[in-house]
Amino acid sequence: MAERILMDGAAIARTLTRLSHEVIEKNKGTEGLCLIGIKRRGEIVAERIAALLQKGYGVQVPCAGIDIGMYRDDLVSGYFVPDAHVNRLGFAIDGKKVVLCDDVLHTGRTVRAAIEAIFDLGRPASVRLLVLADRGGRQMPVCADLVGKNIPTSSSEWLDVRFAELEGEDSLGIRRTDETDNENF
Amino acid sequence: MLGKDLLGLWDTSAEDILLILDTAVGMKKLLTQNLKKLPHLQGRTVTTLFYENSTRTRCSFELAAKYLGAGTVNISASSSSVQKGETLIDTGKTLDAMKNDVIVIRHPMGGAPRLLAENVKASVVNGGDGMNEHPTQALLDFYTMREKFGSFKGVKVAILGDIKHSRVAKSNLFGLTKLGADVTMYSPATLMPQGIDRMGAKIARSREEALAGANVVMGLRIQLERMHGGLFPSLSEYAKYYGVSEEHLKLADRDCIVMHPGPVNRGVEFTTAVIDGENSEINEQVLNGVAVRMALLFLLCKNRQGGNESA
Repeated sequence: MAERILMDGAAIARTLTRLSHEVIEKNKGTEGLCLIGIKRRGEIVAERIAALLQKGYGVQVPCAGIDIGMYRDDLVSGYFVPDAHVNRLGFAIDGKKVVLCDDVLHTGRTVRAAIEAIFDLGRPASVRLLVLADRGGRQMPVCADLVGKNIPTSSSEWLDVRFAELEGEDSLGIRRTDETDNENF
Repeated sequence: MLGKDLLGLWDTSAEDILLILDTAVGMKKLLTQNLKKLPHLQGRTVTTLFYENSTRTRCSFELAAKYLGAGTVNISASSSSVQKGETLIDTGKTLDAMKNDVIVIRHPMGGAPRLLAENVKASVVNGGDGMNEHPTQALLDFYTMREKFGSFKGVKVAILGDIKHSRVAKSNLFGLTKLGADVTMYSPATLMPQGIDRMGAKIARSREEALAGANVVMGLRIQLERMHGGLFPSLSEYAKYYGVSEEHLKLADRDCIVMHPGPVNRGVEFTTAVIDGENSEINEQVLNGVAVRMALLFLLCKNRQGGNESA
């Protein structure tokens, strides 16, 4: 089905800029702050926020991607071997205020897996959730602290997030799909 | 698709062999990153029932099971009720009653795993039976070859050593012929089983003929414990006329790989320079062994949904 563009590059840039300020506002500064993005698109969100914090506040906030492959809840029910990578953040998260970043929040299963992955690496003081878009449809008791755009969707709709790093342009589109609810992650 | 058990490659299809190898690719990728905690066998139990000595096979199976989350039990015949005269089938039924899911068996008599498999609900994996088969060793050999050469078509495999007593040689032969590789064997005539050529092996008349252009040079251990005298004069004479040195290796393909199922008799099948040389994949084989056994347990337990009750 034809896709409708909900956010173009400029809109995404504005939203990420606002989110970067909200990160500072929520955490009352950058003390103890670190960004962890869920691979792959969440990692890009985290990197963009980190770059904006560097630009706006002149601080280098530790930033890394996290792979949730080993922590998915459907490994046994789906019976597959995950294509996962080991997590090495390059900084310690004990006592840190982690901002977990992803592109789209949907069922909340990815976030649950990411929290488990984070706690295998240490014990942060807090974990907040930042997402570019929240499409609803939660299956887990998960709620985002920082939301770029609320986009209520039905299970037959799909959000496509494109980033310049991967697809050559920034945009967010919505389309109808025939296959419903098969992509929980 | 793979059935309840893996008893040998003689009756395993090429498709099933490739399925196990394909699954092992994902396992190895995780292992090399030291990611060793999969949940697929949680709540299941794997028992190793060994009537013969073993270091790597038993350890490899046990670690593979543990990495998949299974509980493991090790039984050695020397310290079990077998010493009191318990039969193999009774031992198997005892394990069944304890809700065990998989039995890995090694036994000095060929066919013992099949006898066990026909009498227990648990999945049975042959960890080596007499002079018959050692399928998981062959599978890890195949994995090592495919990783190096990409496929099996036309790959020239030279197997040298104690073919007669070697279950590894037979499992390799049965599998490799199905996969399209060329198998050449060379050993003293007394250590060459009769009729092996009718099973698809080419028998070389000299060490040089066996090695010429080989892509894989596989040595097999001289199994003194299975020999009851008179098969060849001495180990040093064997090493001189049948062993492989760096000089001999020059006859093989330049990019050949050297393989050995272990344990190695250094200076007998291969010289130390060959064992530790740059063509040697002997240590890589051990890592591949864990990946392949993880894949096998993963696949066998997939067919066991619902646990022991429904088996």
